[in-house]
Amino acid sequence: MEYFIQQLVNGITLGSIYGLIAIGYTMVYGIIGMINFAHGDIFMIGAFVALISFIIFGLTGVALPIILLLVLLIAMLFTACYGWTVEKLAYKPLRGSFRLAPLISALGMSIVLQNYVQVSQGARVKPMQPLFSGGLEFFKNSEFIVTVSYLQIFIVVLTIILMGIFTYLITKTDLGRAQRACEQDRTMTALLGINVDRTISITFIIGSSLASVAGMMFVLYYGVIDFYIGFLAGIKAFTAAVLGGIGSLPGAMLGGLLIGLIETFWAGYVSLEYKDVAAFSVLIVVLIFFPTGFLGKPDIEKV
Amino acid sequence: MEKKDIIQSFKDSLFTGLIALALFGPIVGLRTVSKGEGLFITPQWGVVFLLVGLCILGRFLININSARTTEFKIFSTLSSRISSITEDKAKHFAITGILFAVVFPFLPFTDRYFMDVAIMILTYIMLGWGLNIVVGLAGLLDLGYVAFYAVGAYSYALIATTFGWSFWICLPLAGVFAAFFGILLGFPVLRLRGDYLAIVTLGFGEIIRIILINWYEVTNGPDGITGIPRPSFFGLPFKRSPDEGETSFHLFFNLEYSTMHRIIFLYYLILVLALITNYFTLKIRKLPVGRAWEALREDEIACKSLGVNPTNTKLTAFAIGAMFGGFAGSFFATRQAFISPESFTFIESAIIVAIVVLGGMGSQTGVVLASIFLIGITEMFRDLEQYRMIAFGGAMVLIMVFKPKGILAKRKPTILMHGDKK
Repeated sequence: MEYFIQQLVNGITLGSIYGLIAIGYTMVYGIIGMINFAHGDIFMIGAFVALISFIIFGLTGVALPIILLLVLLIAMLFTACYGWTVEKLAYKPLRGSFRLAPLISALGMSIVLQNYVQVSQGARVKPMQPLFSGGLEFFKNSEFIVTVSYLQIFIVVLTIILMGIFTYLITKTDLGRAQRACEQDRTMTALLGINVDRTISITFIIGSSLASVAGMMFVLYYGVIDFYIGFLAGIKAFTAAVLGGIGSLPGAMLGGLLIGLIETFWAGYVSLEYKDVAAFSVLIVVLIFFPTGFLGKPDIEKV
Repeated sequence: MEKKDIIQSFKDSLFTGLIALALFGPIVGLRTVSKGEGLFITPQWGVVFLLVGLCILGRFLININSARTTEFKIFSTLSSRISSITEDKAKHFAITGILFAVVFPFLPFTDRYFMDVAIMILTYIMLGWGLNIVVGLAGLLDLGYVAFYAVGAYSYALIATTFGWSFWICLPLAGVFAAFFGILLGFPVLRLRGDYLAIVTLGFGEIIRIILINWYEVTNGPDGITGIPRPSFFGLPFKRSPDEGETSFHLFFNLEYSTMHRIIFLYYLILVLALITNYFTLKIRKLPVGRAWEALREDEIACKSLGVNPTNTKLTAFAIGAMFGGFAGSFFATRQAFISPESFTFIESAIIVAIVVLGGMGSQTGVVLASIFLIGITEMFRDLEQYRMIAFGGAMVLIMVFKPKGILAKRKPTILMHGDKK
């Protein structure tokens, strides 16, 4: 039982990270109908920016909360630049082209980003000293002590705050309305005087910023990153987006949590080596049995 | 050009420079280096300023250029010329190509390195042609094609090392195994739409790779399988000193021993395999099932209403594509004599898909051009080992942006209702 609760806590933490990445997939899919294959690599870049700024601020000796806030903002800013540029260079010229063209372009972009980071930062794994230590302990009398580290609390709380801001942005502001309008009908939205190009750019900027936060959490949580982390995390986050129903924002978060939980429980109870197989198998099973995910709208094909 | 335009484009370039600074600043400028305990930062501002300067200059030139001419046309005119040439002279082109490929090993400048590159390009051409059945004809985007390549390679390696059967028995078996895996995967997933299918096949490719890494008892895990038998020339091995009771190739034909014999044999082997794939594709396009593939690619709903069973039709395409992938896999295994899961990563699938799509989906000649082009690019950058994948990915993006339908964009229907009206 205690072991179960521990896995639950770990799973929720991991799920928060996946959920934040999944939002980027689901938003882009909703608005331009393509799978942004390079999104996982944007997440990886976010992790690298966060790592670099942690090292820089770590030398200055500022208090931990200020460092966290600064790193958060810096990572979001710089990673958003990447998201924006990738959209402008690789996807915008292909808008309205046949369906597979942006996917191939995104694949190329993903290869470019991965190797670019490999060249500029080196191929070795980058370890970081832990910034957080300690945590709350439960069930002290039993054999297995459940630990909820402060870092895990930080990750989950930050995710909840970001989700709150993000939900407000999408449901209550003009920007969010414009974004939802673009999802429904881009031509009509343009006719109503909304700058569609700008709205799409902003979608990429928001998605990349959230991915960079996930990247920062990943650095803190695992303490080790390399240029290749974007691939697996990207696939799993995409699975999460599909599981929740692609195009649905609460779905992405829910899907992220589920994937995080499935992965930790699989690793805890079934087999550690095959934990990545679990995510992929879930993806295949979900797509076969609920192609629209849990919260997605059914997709009707018209002649 | 007016002065206002120049000032405008100058401002625009400066903005580009600012963005470039934000992009390259942290990632290129602040290189993290592990030293003893923990990471330290080594600044590299010189490189950053160089890159930013290049971006500003490039942007400025493009702006000036686009102000003068309405379109930046060099690329598109070049490729449309290529496609019109190959369109008109498709047959001549094919025959010249095949003739060149046949005499290639005996040309004066051909050395060991050229042969290796040629074998590699031919392997990719074969894989491209095999995947073209799935992607180009049936319109199913398969991002996990390397899984079948891996299944073919491993089944060849396991059968050959366990039972010691010859290449010519193992090859069809490997193809059958790969086709079987194709059916196994295809059956549940083929009812999915385009990009979902792409992701599921990607997942399948990764599952196969993870299983290959972890299933020590059979696949020997990350260490791979060594000592895979080399192919023999109809029973004559390519050995300097053959075993008791065996005659080796050079003794039988009374030649001096040379390692090139085996390379040349491998070259012809993959050439023949690739041409078989091509011939098969060209023929099956004219059969009812081939027609059904192309029809499904164009309009699935119309096909359903005409009584074509989409799942079964797609399944045949998937299985046949997988079978050719398996053949190529066994060739790979016998050429390398060593295989490990590292050879079957996602990037291989991406390369094969890129070859098919960049060549212009469904075009057999396009696959050849794209293989030569892409593998050529990575070979040219071989000295700059780390930069070659950047060049490769960049080429993918550029071709898509300037030529979204691939190098050979024109796609003629194989059959027309009222004869050959033009």
